[in-house]
Amino acid sequence: MKRLAALVLVFAMVFVLALGGLASANPTKLTLWTFIHQHARFYQVMTEKWNELNPDRQVELEATVLPYDDMHNKLQIALQSGVGAPDMCDVEISRFPNFLQGVPQLMVLNDAFAPYVDDIVPSRLGIYSKDGNMYGAPTHVGATVAFYYVDILEDAGVDYRDIKTWDDFAEAGRKLKAVHPDKYMGIAETSAGWTITAMLAQQGSDLVSSDDQPQIDTPEMLRAVTVLQNMVAEGIITTCPDGQPDTEGGKGFLDQGNVAGVIMPQWFMSRYLDEIPSMNGKVAIAPVPVFEEGMPRSLGLGGTGTVVTLTASDQDLASAWLAYAKLSEEGNRMIWEDLGFDPCNTALWTETAMTHNPDNAYNQYFLNNVFDVLNEVKDEIVMIRSSSISPTINNYVTTVMLNELFEDMLDPAEVLEDAQYNIESQIF
Amino acid sequence: MMRKSVAFLYNQKVAPYVFVLPFVLTFLIFFIYPVITTVQMSFQDILPGMVNNVGFKNYERLLGDRIFRTAVSNSILYTLWTLLLLIPFPLVFACMLNSRSMIARGFFKTSLFLPVVTSVVVAGTIFRLMFGEVNGSLMNTIRMFFGLGPIKWLRVRETGFAAMVLMACWRWTGVNMLYFLSGLKGVPPEMYESAEIDGANAWQKFRHISVPLVKPTIIYVLTISIYAGLAMFTESYMLWAGNNSPKNIGLTIVGYLYRQGWEQNRMGYASAVGLVLLVVAMAINLVQLRLTGVLGRERD
Repeated sequence: MKRLAALVLVFAMVFVLALGGLASANPTKLTLWTFIHQHARFYQVMTEKWNELNPDRQVELEATVLPYDDMHNKLQIALQSGVGAPDMCDVEISRFPNFLQGVPQLMVLNDAFAPYVDDIVPSRLGIYSKDGNMYGAPTHVGATVAFYYVDILEDAGVDYRDIKTWDDFAEAGRKLKAVHPDKYMGIAETSAGWTITAMLAQQGSDLVSSDDQPQIDTPEMLRAVTVLQNMVAEGIITTCPDGQPDTEGGKGFLDQGNVAGVIMPQWFMSRYLDEIPSMNGKVAIAPVPVFEEGMPRSLGLGGTGTVVTLTASDQDLASAWLAYAKLSEEGNRMIWEDLGFDPCNTALWTETAMTHNPDNAYNQYFLNNVFDVLNEVKDEIVMIRSSSISPTINNYVTTVMLNELFEDMLDPAEVLEDAQYNIESQIF
Repeated sequence: MMRKSVAFLYNQKVAPYVFVLPFVLTFLIFFIYPVITTVQMSFQDILPGMVNNVGFKNYERLLGDRIFRTAVSNSILYTLWTLLLLIPFPLVFACMLNSRSMIARGFFKTSLFLPVVTSVVVAGTIFRLMFGEVNGSLMNTIRMFFGLGPIKWLRVRETGFAAMVLMACWRWTGVNMLYFLSGLKGVPPEMYESAEIDGANAWQKFRHISVPLVKPTIIYVLTISIYAGLAMFTESYMLWAGNNSPKNIGLTIVGYLYRQGWEQNRMGYASAVGLVLLVVAMAINLVQLRLTGVLGRERD
């Protein structure tokens, strides 16, 4: 009897252990925070693909979408205190420098990225790096382009393809005003610096100097804001609700058909498709106007670096999954097909089966193919500098400086001098 | 042994300490400890894995920081406006609701108190839409009804600030009124009756009976209003859908603390901002309490 009981117990034990062994083959749960719901969808798609390829390293992804400010603030506190951070997190480029300060509480991803880095635009990896270590996986190049509302430009007798310089842009605006007095050629942003940054890059300048100092009070900046302010004064361009196109107010303003030209990074295409339905079939994409022909016509703007935190439960798996999801050729393909972004693997830009796929929703929405434009400006795409002082500069420029310039119409030279002083007084 | 511990529980000398222990512990852990670490942090540069002592550098920076000055002046101005509007009006409303000749008292009491229990997130969103810059927003519709053009309410300093003060009034009138009402309930009705016999009118009763007798309540409301005004953050955050109002017209001291500490990763500097707020609020309230005679009364 005793023997029987012992036997039963042994069986039970083996059974339990076997079950435990089976359980370990179950998917590993990885948590990820993001602030854009389209990204969460994309990560789930990539998880399915990963699980097909890696039956022994199954991943169960738990992606949480949080509001932009909340997510970054929570992550910052979690990393500072060492508790509560997710395994992975999307970090927006303007907040990224904060997370590189001190000893970054993020995984160095050099090894995980090694199989893919040769295909990826190096500068996009560079903006999420510190001392030669890569901490973030980029999403897109973010090449800046011009989106033109062709119908109203045609009414005014303007061919968008002829707009090469800012003078052409202003002239087109004057013609537009003559036909449609209530429409505008463009938007003077007051809560974002897309156009300003593009105009600086054309002149070889940037908000940050090469030795990490703010450079606001410069001749290049003065030239840029003067051109814009003159257009605002003339009524050719205007400020918009919420201060920039990529906001609820801004997208609503565009949806009403008020604006003929929008200077935005390429990823703004996805906002057109999702949130500006009335412009379907009316918008064409072209290179950004420049001050003088021959200047670089595009620069990479915006972006999200996805990081693996030092507190991640399974760092190796998280890094490997992340590298596959965002840097592999498969991942880059999905970044265009699903998200509508210009992938960092620029070799794909010339693969016409992907770029000119007639079934693609983005290709159907716009009048011309975005990759024709991207390939035209490919070698001119400048990259902006990102440094630990960038968040401070961006904050001042987009809350105070641009409002003083385009809402209050104050003298540009004085505004820039003030801005330089105030930003310096906040930098340590 | 057993008996001893039971005896300890019934010991009249020890029991009071046991009862106040939860409060003392909470106070020490959640108030005193953070204050001490904040003081310590304000002399440091804090980054993950790197903490340096920098002496008074954070405070020196603060002196030259013009945006901090904007935040301080905004907070003080906001406090002054809330004091000007949120003490006299609720007091008058409370007297009206206390008067027996008032009709529908329950209705007015409830409707004035309703905003207090409304989520400030919802309220901020509604106010933001009301003061929107598009032609169809409520305030612009009203302006256009009077033949005036639409304006960008939340982008102009004066109107943006007015919207913020209005929101505060909408939100807090009911609470202050309730404080005053409870103060007025303690005033014996005989005093009003005898004043009426002597021929006092409504104003005289208000001025010579209600106000002097609810003075302790007024001082209490004044004290908490000064603190609440200086520490205001949520209203501004919700009205502008974030901490970054155009030209910092809605930036408060706490908003600046939040911006530096959380948005720009400078916990040490933010600690210095917080301590300056503590010192300012403390100083104003001590002076105020001294002037109104609450402090130093024992010596009189």
